[in-house]
Amino acid sequence: MVGAGSAAGAALPGERVRISRLTRMLESEKLLAAALLAPGVVILVLFIAYPFVMAIWFSLTSIRVGDAGEFVGLANFTKAWSDTIFQVAFKNTVFYTFWATIFKFALGMWLALLLNRHFRFKRLIRASMLLPFIIPTVLSAFAWRWMFDPTFSVMNWLLFHSGVITDRLPFLSDGDWAMWCAVLVNTWRGMPFFAITLLAGLQTISPDLHEAAALDGANAWHRFWHVTWPLLMPVTLVVVVFSVIQTFSDFQLIYVLTGGGPANSTHLIATYAYQIGVASGLLGEGAALSLFMFPVLFAVVWVQLRFMKRMEGH
Amino acid sequence: MLIERKWKKWIFFYIPMTVFILFTLFPFYWMAVTAVRPDPELYRTWRQASATPFWTLEPTLEHFRELLKTTAFPQWLWNTMLIAIVSTIISLICGMFAGYALARLKFRGSEFLGTAIFVTYLVPQTLLFIPLADIIREMHLGNTPWALMLTYPTFLIPFCTWLLMGYFKTIPKELEECARIDGATRFGAMVRIIFPVAIPGILSAGIFAFTLSWNEFIYALIFMSSAELKTVPVGVVSELIRGDIFFWGQLMAGALLGSIPVALVYSFFVEYYVTGLTGSVKG
Amino acid sequence: MANVTIRNLNKKYDGGFHAVKDVNLEIRDKEFVVLVGPSGCGKTTTLRMVAGLEEITSGEILIGTRVINDLPPMDRDIAMVFQNYALYPHKSVYQNMAFGLQMRKYPKDEIEKRVREAADILGIGPLLERKPRQLSGGQRQRVAVGRAIVRHPQVFLFDEPLSNLDAMLRVQMRVELKRLHERLETTAIYVTHDQVEAMTLGDRVVVMKDGWVQQVGEPLELYGKPANKFVAGFIGSPAMNFVGVAITDLGGVLWADAEGLRLKVPPQMAERVRAHAGKRITLGVRPEALHPATGSDHADYSFDTAVDVVEPLGNEILVNFRAGGAPMVARVDPAVRVKAHQAIRVALDPERVYFFDEKSGAAI
Ligand SMILES: Nc1ncnc2c1ncn2[C@@H]1O[C@H](COP(=O)(O)OP(=O)(O)O)[C@@H](O)[C@H]1O
Ligand SMILES: [Mg+2]
Repeated sequence: MVGAGSAAGAALPGERVRISRLTRMLESEKLLAAALLAPGVVILVLFIAYPFVMAIWFSLTSIRVGDAGEFVGLANFTKAWSDTIFQVAFKNTVFYTFWATIFKFALGMWLALLLNRHFRFKRLIRASMLLPFIIPTVLSAFAWRWMFDPTFSVMNWLLFHSGVITDRLPFLSDGDWAMWCAVLVNTWRGMPFFAITLLAGLQTISPDLHEAAALDGANAWHRFWHVTWPLLMPVTLVVVVFSVIQTFSDFQLIYVLTGGGPANSTHLIATYAYQIGVASGLLGEGAALSLFMFPVLFAVVWVQLRFMKRMEGH
Repeated sequence: MLIERKWKKWIFFYIPMTVFILFTLFPFYWMAVTAVRPDPELYRTWRQASATPFWTLEPTLEHFRELLKTTAFPQWLWNTMLIAIVSTIISLICGMFAGYALARLKFRGSEFLGTAIFVTYLVPQTLLFIPLADIIREMHLGNTPWALMLTYPTFLIPFCTWLLMGYFKTIPKELEECARIDGATRFGAMVRIIFPVAIPGILSAGIFAFTLSWNEFIYALIFMSSAELKTVPVGVVSELIRGDIFFWGQLMAGALLGSIPVALVYSFFVEYYVTGLTGSVKG
Repeated sequence: MANVTIRNLNKKYDGGFHAVKDVNLEIRDKEFVVLVGPSGCGKTTTLRMVAGLEEITSGEILIGTRVINDLPPMDRDIAMVFQNYALYPHKSVYQNMAFGLQMRKYPKDEIEKRVREAADILGIGPLLERKPRQLSGGQRQRVAVGRAIVRHPQVFLFDEPLSNLDAMLRVQMRVELKRLHERLETTAIYVTHDQVEAMTLGDRVVVMKDGWVQQVGEPLELYGKPANKFVAGFIGSPAMNFVGVAITDLGGVLWADAEGLRLKVPPQMAERVRAHAGKRITLGVRPEALHPATGSDHADYSFDTAVDVVEPLGNEILVNFRAGGAPMVARVDPAVRVKAHQAIRVALDPERVYFFDEKSGAAI
């Protein structure tokens, strides 16, 4: 009988919770928080904060592999600034980021709007649309490189035999063409990310809004412009920020597709920094080149943080 | 539902959708076809006529055989798998702990720390790889799997923390309060109640982290030098291109084999992956 | 012995909000005490401090003779039922109820025995293998209560456990909880914003407002002798009628005057009201102390008015009208025939008239 239990229960063994002194210490909110945060913070400090400080230090010295070098002030930066290859690389990076982001966003939005409809095999199609984003970029970039191959390109074959062209297109063998090809491949890879996140945003918009707008006589474009777009604004901004950071700091795609060539005409900041810092072993100059990415990334992150603060305010 | 005319649906839906599907999937198709095409068919120039431009009548496994014979490909796969799994587990544990602390515990500087972790989330690998290589060398981690198992978490932990923090916030705090009254410690309530309830979120973070690790290239390229320690992406780049010669059949076979595990994991957990992906950018 | 003592308890939240102010409370062993008050008055905060879920800003809480201020919840030997039940969604009903015992390392068969016992008492025996999401609201509520009682704790804490149930179920569970408490004889602190729940369940009721305790007492004491205007208005439904009056002393007889209204201050009140002669105070009278005047009612305690709205509820009729410039309700026998807009003479029961200080609201 339970009624008697409240008195009898106290006499039973094990009524008190027995735990070690250590776990008891973790009952303190602050100590527990410190303990829980420690592993992650240690890793991040060791492998992000510390390297960041090192990067700045490196960039101010003439360090190279096997030689600690000496303090040289801003020499590495001024050297980079007047380096014509770096100038090209910087322009390329901006060009690449700008166009790839625009295409990814436009096509991603279009694809999201298409995927937001009802059709057969929707889940399968949506799942397969994400494949470019899942498959290691290096591996899929090789497939593209193969498709762009100067001699064996399937695209040249197709265009030639369908009579569109009479001479092969210099996909990767011309600097300008190669940059556009890189934009194309980056768009191919990143579009699903835009599409799926924007789709998630679209799915939170109530269909009632659209039906109400339709009843008010709005056509499809007006419905998009006045209903969908404003509601998608927040998610769009975040996705664009992520994409800009990823694209601006991209390495692997160019590394595989062109390796920076022909004649160093397609380097991005990251691939050029790799070439100088790792391939040539000039650590100081390489670190300085990488750090040229920092102001842009910083500005983007700052905008993002400001925006997040504002969203929290609402 | 809004009603549409048939031709409109063709123009505004079927045709663009088909183009999108072709654009998205053709490279993979081409990867697969190349991998099973015999060399003579492969190296046919853009001017040569072909009866079977988009497929082959004589599929061969020759490239796969060569790939496995001449390279340590299975070893690369194993390395990639191991590194991806270990770094995912490390990141999940750190992310679950840190995410819980940020979502639930009150302590000074919690807001600052949350922002700091978010900022590290946005730091790209290419900003730090040069000094990091030096640090790895000094810690005597260079050319060991630990070099990657410990550095991959730098971009996975912020993401996992961020995603899981959001997930934990959706779990009513009464659950753990009740557990604490029931006799659990704070830590016990977190492990026994909150983590099991958060399994969908943990799975999302884990799947996403796994694909990111599988995808990583630059750290693996720089930190690993022995052929038998490489990951698939690095192995394919460095061992299948000798001088200026591209072994396209083997390359594509390698790309295909290297993509299959991650594609399989993805296909089993599409929904979790999508949640992770969309969650990864939520503020 | 599990009496709970609360001394000078205060809670200031981080933002500086002072949610609980100087609460003093002595809860006897086996007593069922209800904290009641409008939403936001600090009931939950008080309860959570007893549970150990909220830090105490100042003051003391004792269970038995032991100060528990710094004990973590797990060591307080209490059980709590939450408003949203807080059932562990990944555990079956059985596991939910067994969890607290497992944490205390009870032997398996003892756990099994206690869970079955509690399940029988609450009639959830057949549900033990289900997951919480497969239960109805009422069933979840029972599981939450079951989870609390298997532990045989020293004190039960309830935070609005019935407010997520529909009206019918709420009345039914209210009775069951009362029966359960009679059976278990465990000290209980129960929080609700519903005064009916408070009155039916509580051995004693604590009325709170803005973090202050307004009055502590047995239900009928609160109803019969409200300490202030707030308690008087909060306890009882429909609420007590209030009208501002001026007290005039006419040759030793005190009169309460309001616009179009003159009532004699009843003799048993005269002593205390006299000090307020010439000032304004508030007169309170419960709807059930008003009725249509008959020949036997004294003119000094009656007034004329016109019926505004009539609400026939079946077992009673609520008659709305205005008097002394304030809206009033009378709760009258359904046999009485009244129509809207009809003129009516209303009498009040002179034994049941209250006066409150106009400023402080304290009862006179
Ligand atoms: N964590 C908190 N931080 C700041 N203020 C709080 C917090 N929790 C509750 N409050 C405030 O304290 C007051 C009392 O809250 P509560 O005890 O929950 O009231 P009740 O349970 O009586 O409705 C409310 O005004 C509420 O807004
Ligand atoms: Mg409350």
